[in-house]
Amino acid sequence: MVVLEESGVSLGGRPVLRGVTLTLSAGQVMGLAGPNGSGKTTLLRLMATLQRPDQGRVEVLGAVSGTTDVYRVRPAIGLIGHAPSLIPELTLAENLSHIARLAGIDSAGTRESLALVGLERASGRRADASSSGMLRRVEIAALLMRRPRLLLLDEATSGLDRDAVGLVDALVARALSAGGAAVMVSHDRTLLSGCDSVVELTGGRVMG
Amino acid sequence: MSLWTQVVEIARVDLVVERRIGDVFRIVLPFAVAALFVFPIALGVELATMRRVGPAVFWTLGILFGMQVALRHSATDTPPRRDMQALAGLDPAARFLGRAISGAVVMTGFLVVVYVAMVALYDSETTSWWVTGLAALLFAAGLTTLSTLVGEATTGLRHRTGLASLLIAPLSLPLVLAASQTLAAVSDGTGILPWMLLMTGTDIALLVAGVGLARPLEEAGR
Repeated sequence: MVVLEESGVSLGGRPVLRGVTLTLSAGQVMGLAGPNGSGKTTLLRLMATLQRPDQGRVEVLGAVSGTTDVYRVRPAIGLIGHAPSLIPELTLAENLSHIARLAGIDSAGTRESLALVGLERASGRRADASSSGMLRRVEIAALLMRRPRLLLLDEATSGLDRDAVGLVDALVARALSAGGAAVMVSHDRTLLSGCDSVVELTGGRVMG
Repeated sequence: MSLWTQVVEIARVDLVVERRIGDVFRIVLPFAVAALFVFPIALGVELATMRRVGPAVFWTLGILFGMQVALRHSATDTPPRRDMQALAGLDPAARFLGRAISGAVVMTGFLVVVYVAMVALYDSETTSWWVTGLAALLFAAGLTTLSTLVGEATTGLRHRTGLASLLIAPLSLPLVLAASQTLAAVSDGTGILPWMLLMTGTDIALLVAGVGLARPLEEAGR
């Protein structure tokens, strides 16, 4: 599903990833570990086609990064990043409807999706008046609705209570059952112990 | 997912956000109306002079505050929000068109209020409201399309607000020239068609450029 060959990325003239080669196959859950600033988030963005490589080659779901093919595969990619991606002035339900409409999904199912993540009673609350855990739940609801095949989770469980951590597991299980794959970035070794493989990044390089 | 459904969705959400935060009508507009008072204070309250300079003041304020109005949208975009929209399947061309449409709606409303205030304060004669309205609409559409294009081109750059203003000011000259000359032509009783055609042509050229460059600009920022 994802193939990286000697891929490198520089940001602001500073190399962030160097010579990264890895393969992610369907049905696989890969863990990404490493200290702060080791390039984990950049690697995840590379896999999401949201970052172009300066060196090497990145192929995601059959589309080579840097070509217009990425527009075809992006809807099949789901990303939960560090910072909230919701529009602060919209309510939680409106944010979800917005994502549904852009994705061409029937927005009538947004209430159902919010109920799935336990936010049916907070659906009318504005995003800028919601906690980070609630925003994260809405992002999970969006992915449950969109059903991406490639799931990229950057510290997706941070700020979530135990129930909501179960939602992330459900998200991964759903992607795998649809023939997809997942990549999880975490500092929590217990969480990564459940992955099929763990890639260690240090100074922008894959170790071992 | 059709391009037009995405265009409508982007424009709709932009307008909902504008209605809720009210940046343009609660912050920019009062300053623009207050600026109308500066000229009579500087020139002295002499009705004949004020009537003559009124339309010029209107277009000057239109371009100065209009840039703020038009650049406001892209300034509120955050990288995570753009990423979310990209992965939801948003076509950059749809974002560009939606943004230009919502900007034009807000900008037209802004210009209408400033124009009415100018007429009231400067005792200006309005010979044709429909021509004035059409000129304001074409001017607003062009300026917001240009600002959206420049906003997309400068996304992620340091000092983007200053840089964007420097790019928009000279590129909007055909619009300012045509809009101001349209009102002058109405007063003089000469033809408005060449000026209307100049504004329409500029608007179309900017739209075509924006749609064509939307994807390359989006990817260049990655």
